[in-house]
Amino acid sequence: MTNQSALTIRNLQKSYGAVEVLRGINLEAQPGEFVALVGPSGCGKSTLLAMIAGLESVTSGEIRIGDRLVNSVPPKDRDIAMVFQSYALYPTMTVRENITFGMESRGVPKAEQAEAVKRVSALLQIEPLLNRKPGQLSGGQRQRVAMGRALVRDPKLFLFDEPLSNLDAKLRVDMRTEIKKLHNRVGKTTIYVTHDQVEAMTLASRIAVMHQGSVQQFDAAQTIYSRPANMFVAGFMGSPAMNFIPAELTGVAGQPSVTVRTATGGTATLPLAQPAPANAPKQVVLGVRPEHIYRFSDDLGQRKPGIAAMDAPVELVEPTGAETLAVLKFGDLEVTGRFDPDSAPRMGETMTLGIDMARACLFDPTTKTLL
Amino acid sequence: MADTAIALPFDAEAAAASRRHFWSRFAIYGLLALFAVIYLVPLLVVVLNSFREQEEIARNGLISLPQSFRLNAWSDAWGTYCIAGTCEGMKRNFLNSLWMTIPATILSTLLGAINGYVLSKWRFRGSEVLFTCMLLGVFMPGQIALMPWAFVLGKLGLTNSTYGLILVHVIQGISFTTLFCRNYYVGIPDDLIKAARIDGAGFWRIFRKIILPLSPPILIVTVIWQFTGIWNEYLFGVVFTSGQQQPITAALVALTASGTTARSYDVMSAAVLIGALPPLLIYLFGGKYFVRGLTQGAIK
Amino acid sequence: MSTHDLTIPIAAPARPWRERLGTLIPILVLAPSLAASFVYVFVFAAWTLYLSVSTSSLLPSYGFAGLDNYMSLWANRRWNIAYTNLFFFSGFYILGSMAVGLLLAILIDQRVRGEAVWRTIFLYPLAVSFIVTGTVWSWLYNPADGIQALVRGLGWSSFNFALTSDRNLAIYAIIITGVWQSSGFAMALFLAGLRSVDPDLIKAAQIDGASTFRTYRRVILPTIAPIFLAVAVIQIQFAIKTFDLVAALTRGGPGVSTTFPAIYVYDLMFQRGQIGEGAAAAVMMLAALAVVLVPYSLWVVWRRRRESGHG
Repeated sequence: MTNQSALTIRNLQKSYGAVEVLRGINLEAQPGEFVALVGPSGCGKSTLLAMIAGLESVTSGEIRIGDRLVNSVPPKDRDIAMVFQSYALYPTMTVRENITFGMESRGVPKAEQAEAVKRVSALLQIEPLLNRKPGQLSGGQRQRVAMGRALVRDPKLFLFDEPLSNLDAKLRVDMRTEIKKLHNRVGKTTIYVTHDQVEAMTLASRIAVMHQGSVQQFDAAQTIYSRPANMFVAGFMGSPAMNFIPAELTGVAGQPSVTVRTATGGTATLPLAQPAPANAPKQVVLGVRPEHIYRFSDDLGQRKPGIAAMDAPVELVEPTGAETLAVLKFGDLEVTGRFDPDSAPRMGETMTLGIDMARACLFDPTTKTLL
Repeated sequence: MADTAIALPFDAEAAAASRRHFWSRFAIYGLLALFAVIYLVPLLVVVLNSFREQEEIARNGLISLPQSFRLNAWSDAWGTYCIAGTCEGMKRNFLNSLWMTIPATILSTLLGAINGYVLSKWRFRGSEVLFTCMLLGVFMPGQIALMPWAFVLGKLGLTNSTYGLILVHVIQGISFTTLFCRNYYVGIPDDLIKAARIDGAGFWRIFRKIILPLSPPILIVTVIWQFTGIWNEYLFGVVFTSGQQQPITAALVALTASGTTARSYDVMSAAVLIGALPPLLIYLFGGKYFVRGLTQGAIK
Repeated sequence: MSTHDLTIPIAAPARPWRERLGTLIPILVLAPSLAASFVYVFVFAAWTLYLSVSTSSLLPSYGFAGLDNYMSLWANRRWNIAYTNLFFFSGFYILGSMAVGLLLAILIDQRVRGEAVWRTIFLYPLAVSFIVTGTVWSWLYNPADGIQALVRGLGWSSFNFALTSDRNLAIYAIIITGVWQSSGFAMALFLAGLRSVDPDLIKAAQIDGASTFRTYRRVILPTIAPIFLAVAVIQIQFAIKTFDLVAALTRGGPGVSTTFPAIYVYDLMFQRGQIGEGAAAAVMMLAALAVVLVPYSLWVVWRRRRESGHG
């Protein structure tokens, strides 16, 4: 078998006493792949990462790195490296000592250590920092050193535990780019834990969205965004979040459509781009991302197939510069739309919207899953 | 600059405020100075009297300005003064205290550091409960352990010996040192330990290379706390040792009690200072850590 | 793949015991200290508890005497004096040292110059043993050589300050010395508390026009209320354990007027050969500590839970 996974997790469970933290996780990562584990705090993503690292014991199920079962292998023998949220740089050691500490523990010859430090510090451009202590470094520099310490192991698997969440907003974007470049250059299999969905989207080729100890969806980043498996994933990925609009499935003259309430107390009928599956209930939830709501115009309908028009009053307008967010009233419901500043609505106006039904999702309101 | 300041219109409110400010400052420093005198006088009295002649003390009282200066009292107190029949001064007891305090301090601090390391970074099921049980030792009054200790020390053949007192102080001290170190180590991020484990370091290597280098602040606090505590301890000293084997606290009580007729304040002052000097020096040089120990020990 | 698969079963059985040793090291390292502490805390306490209901007198003996020792303890006039003294002393000692400590802390908190020097002066008695303090103060209280002699020498010939030679006043000598010794401790804790108050809170009070006095009384002191309790609890502990100070200052006298429980225990066990009753008195001391500390610890735990629950 040539396409051996770099990491395979099967039916992994973790409980502390009666508390079940992870319930039957299945995941795998191809060699060189960048996989993100994303979810709100307390979803179990960090526990999962700690179990991959060997820092937490396995209750049941299996973890394989390459084809080796590592369930009871201590962390140092797993051939992994990890970058921590707090960086976990040893405060009493210089940057150089931080990088060589692991090699020293494993008894790597001095000459080889020096060579490795040289290679890694050149790669990360931290040569001038080698003799400083972590306390004398800026946030971004610490981040680099932490990555250097991980890189120097040349491990099979790279683990990142929310490495950017201690940085300020601007630095976070810079370091994100840098991690991506670094991954492209060294091409190591990487498992990256974050609670920030933007980070996950920008970095990962595949994303596992976790909630309450289980994986909600494990798919390519774009698929997760455009075809979320359930309402949790749909709501978690993307900001502002996807709008959930209660709707009723109707068929007008053979054209499958949904009916939603309008602010005036009436209803509007929106034709569906493709028919709903046969087993769909009558009452559904229509999921529309803010960027798929436009100001309606005739040529828009011609340019994009599947645009449905409806009127809605504008309650609030929030310009952010690059785009303008508007709160629209659908019945009692508030729906967020994201507009180009040029075509932005004005407050109080009742505008005609064009909703891109080709990209809308339908959910079952009881099971919360995608139809 | 000065001209414009003078040219400003007179502001009655501002002037009143500045006057009030002056008087409140005056009151603050006045009160502080008064208390400082109350705190310093006893120390000053002992220091001065240790250099005065006994006749002069007898004539002018304890609290008066010195008119003589001699060092005899100090050498008497150190080497020749008689306590309950033996005339060897405090030297022997001072050394007893030293040979008791130093090993007991080092041992209890080391054990405390290791225990604290385990209880904060290698927790296991039930370790919190065990920690709480150890903590109870902090509150135990010495009186409750007196008879059992007397029995145990007797069985071990350590009655009336410095080794016996070392044992007592180490075991009594473990609770304190463990508490101090554990609470300090809890503040060291667990990620450091995880990173070190991934780097291949084991229990002892993590302790030596990561925990110990981070420990000086707490070790200094613990050593100071233990040293002053053990040096100043009296109950165990007076119960488990006698005569030549007594630590200095017990000897001081014996000395001041033995003055039957004329009290020789000069020698006793010097003796008291000899007994107070080691912890006082430690306090003067490590005051910051001393206070930290106090507040940490108290808040917990 | 198949070759790799073969290596796993061979490597796997070797790991468990080494790994188990790895997890055992921390427990093994802790074990001796734990055992010693366990003996010290539980076995010794139980032992003394047993002695207190035994027929021990000059030597420990293990015949069962029921509550006889406790009966004779509570019937003893001297024990009566001892615990009355303890209550009296505790009250004045705690209030006194907290009042002086708070005053000093607030004074030092007024951005005074030479803060370190003031602090050093007020705290040094804490570094010195009760034996030294007690000895020196016993001289100062000595009517022939100390404070009384000084004031009389200045011309006020009827001045009377002979606390330690008066049965009814000797306890005040102990209170004054105790306050002198430990108000620095209260000061240190209060000062730490004052410094931990959010400065924005104080600024807000100033903008609201509150005077310094009002700011302290209404804003700062209420926020450090838990420190008052902590200081009080620690001082009560000191008070219950008070032994050295009395031993050096009055030796329990004049007569038995300044006997304290701790002195009583020592006396009965080692001077009078009444080990059983001495043990009973020691158990009473432990009980007194428990009465103070158990509710306090529960309260601290409860408060911490509540705070972490909200955070």
